[in-house]
Amino acid sequence: MDYNILIGGAAGQGMDTLASAFSQVLHKRGYQIFTLQDYMSRVRGGHNYFQIRFSDEKVKSHSEVLDGIIALNQETLDLHIGRLKPDGFAFADVEVKSDDKRLITIHAKETAKEAGNVKTMSSVTLGALIKLFNMDEAFMKEIFSEKFDVELTEQNMASFKRGQEMVESRYEIGKGNPEKTMLIQANEAIALGALASGLKFYSAYPMTPSTSIMSYLTRRAKKAKMIVEQAEDELAAINMAIGASYAGVRSMTGTSGGGFSLMTEALGLAGIAEIPLVIAVIQRPGPATGLPTRTEQSDLKFVINASQGEFGRMVIAVRNPEDAFYQTARAFNMADKYQLPVILLGDQYLSDALQTIEPFDLEKISIDRHLADPKPYEEGKVYNRYELSENGISPRLIPGIVPGTAVNIDSDEHDIIGNITEAAEVRIDMVEKRARKFDLLKQELIEPDLLGEENMDILLVGWGSTYSQLSEAVDMLNEVGKNKYGALVFGDIWPLPQKKLMEKARKAKAIINVEQNYYGQLADLIRQETGIAMTASVLRFDGRPLSASEIAKKVKEV
Amino acid sequence: MADIHDFKTFETAWCPGCGDFSILESLEGTLAELGLKPHEVLIVGGIGQAAKTPQYLNANGFAGLHGRALPPAAAAKIANHNLKVIINTGDGDSYGEGGNHFIHNIRRNVDMTHFVHNNQIYGLTKGQSSPTSDIGHVTDFTPDGVINQALNPILTAIALGAGFVARAFSGDKDHLKEMMKEAINYNGYALVDILQPCVSFNKVNTFAWYKKRVYKLTGDESYNPNDKIGAMTKALEWGDKIPLGIIYKEEKKSYTDHFEFLRESTLLEIPYDKKLIQSLIEEFVQ
Repeated sequence: MDYNILIGGAAGQGMDTLASAFSQVLHKRGYQIFTLQDYMSRVRGGHNYFQIRFSDEKVKSHSEVLDGIIALNQETLDLHIGRLKPDGFAFADVEVKSDDKRLITIHAKETAKEAGNVKTMSSVTLGALIKLFNMDEAFMKEIFSEKFDVELTEQNMASFKRGQEMVESRYEIGKGNPEKTMLIQANEAIALGALASGLKFYSAYPMTPSTSIMSYLTRRAKKAKMIVEQAEDELAAINMAIGASYAGVRSMTGTSGGGFSLMTEALGLAGIAEIPLVIAVIQRPGPATGLPTRTEQSDLKFVINASQGEFGRMVIAVRNPEDAFYQTARAFNMADKYQLPVILLGDQYLSDALQTIEPFDLEKISIDRHLADPKPYEEGKVYNRYELSENGISPRLIPGIVPGTAVNIDSDEHDIIGNITEAAEVRIDMVEKRARKFDLLKQELIEPDLLGEENMDILLVGWGSTYSQLSEAVDMLNEVGKNKYGALVFGDIWPLPQKKLMEKARKAKAIINVEQNYYGQLADLIRQETGIAMTASVLRFDGRPLSASEIAKKVKEV
Repeated sequence: MADIHDFKTFETAWCPGCGDFSILESLEGTLAELGLKPHEVLIVGGIGQAAKTPQYLNANGFAGLHGRALPPAAAAKIANHNLKVIINTGDGDSYGEGGNHFIHNIRRNVDMTHFVHNNQIYGLTKGQSSPTSDIGHVTDFTPDGVINQALNPILTAIALGAGFVARAFSGDKDHLKEMMKEAINYNGYALVDILQPCVSFNKVNTFAWYKKRVYKLTGDESYNPNDKIGAMTKALEWGDKIPLGIIYKEEKKSYTDHFEFLRESTLLEIPYDKKLIQSLIEEFVQ
């Protein structure tokens, strides 16, 4: 079984409560979920929806075809009924008009009023929905009481029960999987991964769709004994994160493209001063304000090239919630080891999607600070922050720890002590030192994941959040076509890992890049780094996510 | 025993006669007299002539970006509040390029000391007017005289709620040192706006110009630095007479005082709690 339900309405109509309670019930019952969020940049009104896809097996991404629509207003029904299966259903209250046979009228408002509180009308609808899928009220009280006080919980339960009486069960959904899963958004997974890495300081300025990283950390800050500081602007946010990192604590900032534009000078500061820094850049369509609440993969070239001058930085594209957790942990270790900025590149689609995944395993991560041993310096060894070491990595001490030893960093070109210099030979030494450690980093890159057929005729390439759709798309393509399809999806993307790509590209008859942007930025990057040119492209740039079936269809067309 | 020579080391690139020399010397003396050691002190600068101070002093140093001295300084203090964090930077860096951070770090009230080397001119970029240049000041870049109003840093800081606001003059080192000590010992954000001549580019506000106008509030029993309205009135005094000393002072909690977990140890020293992280993961699990 694999069902897909859309819950839509205007902001402020209780859709969030309904979608979140339904997702939680499914999660508690052991089903796998993928919940897509589509919302407008406004607090009231507009058209917003959730698409909840659930199954007893792994659900990787969203799907276009709907089994059900919960229309909290007329607009929702009108906009989405075209995607409803012929045997699907739609729920709506009396004010939504349609002569479509699939529409079931739920007297939510009136019933909730009768039950005691009109504000509980979404629980009437939820009761009907749960009954339709042949489930009972198990877990409901628990879910309501997490959110509401005793009285409101009772009122919601009353409305829920009345909702159950309104419809007959129609679907058989079988038993859920007894194995434990997590229900989490990628941004929460980034935040959790950062805490698991020993994050102590997070400074940021709120910006959609990155803000949920900050909000999760804020909720847990006291418990985790860490500081979350809402900075006055993104300039302060990144400079604060750099200052905290210099002082020795693991620190991080997060933003979206617009905020990252303001951070670029300080990105270079982390580069030349060799201060470890992790930055989450959660993309939305630009330029400038663009489409604030929608999705795009159009900042790849920007983050790779941001800031003046030449310095090494690492960019890891987040492909799924697992990456969001484990790669965040790796990002901290890489930043500490190579003393440079590491960017985690996500996007709105992935960051806001709520999914069930296998619980994170703390044993799979480690905290490697790569700090210099203070002992020799305590015994009188002279400390030089920018010592010209063979591999380019200089000993990093925390200031204030070793008596008599000062730790100096500088945004100017500097000598080994960290003092300003304009000497040509020192400049050459320092540029080469920084380049050596960046070359060393390239030895540790993770090659892209290969999905589908190992020996493919048609090679698809993608990066970041399209991982899940590409994974389903190659399965669809391999089921029907005579060609064999495989996909390489990049997580590590800068520096670009090339081995697997070169090997597969040589044998493939065609290479197609699949990206959420207009120009095909990964295609450009691949050509720049390897000389390999794409045969064709599948691109989407309207701010809405590509779906697996859409990719499969378009790949066949090109 | 701490010694002024602990902090002295490096050759400078300042012009002979620059006020920065006496500020640096006063700072070295102050730190030694407070019994501090170089590893216990962090000097932060932005960009400009004054911002070169971290380069010329033997202590932990953070020479950051133009206008961005305050954010990393605040964060470094939050990360390790055992460090004495001092910002030495200029009027352009503090009040121009870094104006937004000036506003919000007063609000943030991290325990750190902000010494603004205020020469009312841009030195490093060779002679443009600064946010504190007076109206009518003629420079190569404002040949008809400055038309923008000068920012009053003392009045601004008091209005924004700063708990320690003082003015000093590089030409009176003993008084300057006294102000530096008071500011460093103050728990919270402390601003000392230090008037200094720029011998190369400011031909108006010279040593003699300042010398003729400044007078000390210290010892004046009729002046009460705890009275905010009185302090704001005093802050408006500029021109023929310029007051030096603590203009306003008020005790309050600094940023890190608000966090119970920072009472016993610094953020840096708090150990990793794997059990807690596991419990945070469990919150998502069913």
